[in-house]
Amino acid sequence: MAWARKLLRVNLTDGTVSSEPLNMAWADQYLGQRGLASKYLVEEIDPRCDALGSDNKLIMATGPLTGTMASTGGRYSVITKSPLTGTIACSNSGGFIGAELKAAGWDMIIFEGRSPKPVYLYVENDQAQLLPANDLWGQSVWETDRLLHSKHQDPALRIACVGRAAEQGALICGVINDLHRAAGRSGVGTVMASKHLKAVAVRGTKGVGNLKDPIRFLKETEYRKRVLQQNAVTGQGLPTYGTQVLMNVINEMGALPTRNMREVKFEGAGNISGEAMHENRPGDGRPNLTTNAACFGCTIACGRISTVDQGHFSVKNKPKYWGSSGGLEYEAAWALGTDTGVDDLDAITYVNFLCNEDGLDPISFGATVAAAMELFKDGVITTEQTGGIDLQFGGAQALVTMAELTCRGEGFGRDLGLGSRKLCEKYGRPELSMTVKGQEFPAYDPRGIQGMGLTYATSNRGACHLRSYTVASEVLGIPVKTDPLVTEGKAELVKAFQDATAAVDSSGLCVFTTFGWSMEDIAPQIDAACEGDWSVDKLLEVGERVWNLERDFNLRAGLSAADDTLPKRLLTEPANTGPAQGRVADLGKMLPEYYQLRGWTADGELTQDTRTRLGL
Amino acid sequence: MTPIKLKLFSTLGAHLPPGAVRNCAEVEVASEATPHDVIVQYHLPEESVHLVLINGVYVAPADRSTRRLQAGDELAMWPPVAGG
Repeated sequence: MAWARKLLRVNLTDGTVSSEPLNMAWADQYLGQRGLASKYLVEEIDPRCDALGSDNKLIMATGPLTGTMASTGGRYSVITKSPLTGTIACSNSGGFIGAELKAAGWDMIIFEGRSPKPVYLYVENDQAQLLPANDLWGQSVWETDRLLHSKHQDPALRIACVGRAAEQGALICGVINDLHRAAGRSGVGTVMASKHLKAVAVRGTKGVGNLKDPIRFLKETEYRKRVLQQNAVTGQGLPTYGTQVLMNVINEMGALPTRNMREVKFEGAGNISGEAMHENRPGDGRPNLTTNAACFGCTIACGRISTVDQGHFSVKNKPKYWGSSGGLEYEAAWALGTDTGVDDLDAITYVNFLCNEDGLDPISFGATVAAAMELFKDGVITTEQTGGIDLQFGGAQALVTMAELTCRGEGFGRDLGLGSRKLCEKYGRPELSMTVKGQEFPAYDPRGIQGMGLTYATSNRGACHLRSYTVASEVLGIPVKTDPLVTEGKAELVKAFQDATAAVDSSGLCVFTTFGWSMEDIAPQIDAACEGDWSVDKLLEVGERVWNLERDFNLRAGLSAADDTLPKRLLTEPANTGPAQGRVADLGKMLPEYYQLRGWTADGELTQDTRTRLGL
Repeated sequence: MTPIKLKLFSTLGAHLPPGAVRNCAEVEVASEATPHDVIVQYHLPEESVHLVLINGVYVAPADRSTRRLQAGDELAMWPPVAGG
């Protein structure tokens, strides 16, 4: 079975908690985590509700393989309506709290309403209660974590919480768990804070033992662990260099969006790359990277644990930041570094620490600073708005100051907390916002990787690489190499990636396994664990159903095909150098075919045939 | 001889000649050398060379022995890598 078959419903308005059985008919259609929680959300909220109002709900959901012995089986997701985009949001995180929640006997927690006062949820196996959080409100993620561990005198307690930025209403906040793992995107932390829910603290000791065929499950998962270990990417590349190995790859091929996506190559990329994280610093003779790290049950261990040189200006006289903590992933390094033109590895590592400490999405934050830097460059904003800060591209000190202000919700940091779209709209230059549906771009320029343009434009949560990572094929040759500069075949590629990823995101596994596993590796593990027949075809159908469910929510929320687009810059301003020189993102050549493959009308609406086929 | 920029990343970086900076070395290769010739010249484990770019443009495995390098070319190579 793998599912705990039980969910926890928390009414924050009334201060009540209750247990109810999981809808297993829905589990058969949507599997778990992203898919199943999206189904609950869609059924329970009005898509047009105010994302920060009490009518919105927030769901923390595990997948059936979360907490099991499957490699990477520790994922959980936060699902809600996003205040940043107005779309459905699903942000996925690793760490340990997902497995802990499952071991406590719960598949998911549904939070509804709004508490009149700050509270946190404490779960110990079957027991759950809301407790006052007046002493936690106003504290950072790191301090909240410390206080809760101290209060409950339980070092094994797993905690997910929001930081000060979310309390202050910044729209680009995630939910941080285990100090530096994040359900980071789409403002899910802002929703949590809007409900006066500061933290969720979980202790589970029951384990996950209710597998359909335990012996077969152990065999299937043990074999697939060896596959990951023997794969050059998942066995060597990711543990050694992490995702940051991509900084030089994407830069060399001229698809690294630079300085608010005005350019496609960054002259400082080598200084902030995965390779640079291994080099000894001139200041203290130590490398940025302390070690790699693994989430629950993971045999890849791509996580980065880093330090900042204690003599660096950003941490001088700040001993709190002298120890090792969560280091740079590629997307964060790109947004905080390349997109702002900052190539100071210590500075962006420190800012990454701050994003973890106070729950900012480093992609959205970095991209928003980049937009502000362009506003500053154009003279739209001046030191009058920035509080005297010279907000030039490349300014490490300015970046650091802006991060500190945004974490505390002070000064110009309040404007940055709005995210790129609202910031640029506020200052009358919406075209400078590099966003889709209000969410900031990740680190791949669609002028040089055409499939990513379609990926971004059609993503159900706004610009995002994790909804359809065609970079795997277009750049890295996984599973097969395709030409990044052509548009032919990309509609089919994007749809295939979207459906497969939606299925993986519903399982409890990490999508990074797909660098070493195919769906033929994933399906048998789910089938051995879960009741029912879980073939590859069924999984892909689940993925397609989830995608369409999300799309339907967004359409009912008021979005339309007009939102399936890219910023004007990427559609009209050609790449200035590299293999893509002279190219724009040719979205118009891919989108109609994509709609057709999806079974949607030319206006991007689901047809009745599609609804019937998928049971929507 | 043909001067090129040789860029070896990730674990291939260990094969760079002395004096390389930020994974890049200015080297000379034989006239009309191919990426495969450079792989042999620098003792790169062939099975570890996964991604090959010349001036940012992908060179398919089948073309590594026929694509001629020209003066000033930037040849970049990686083992299997991924991220996200």
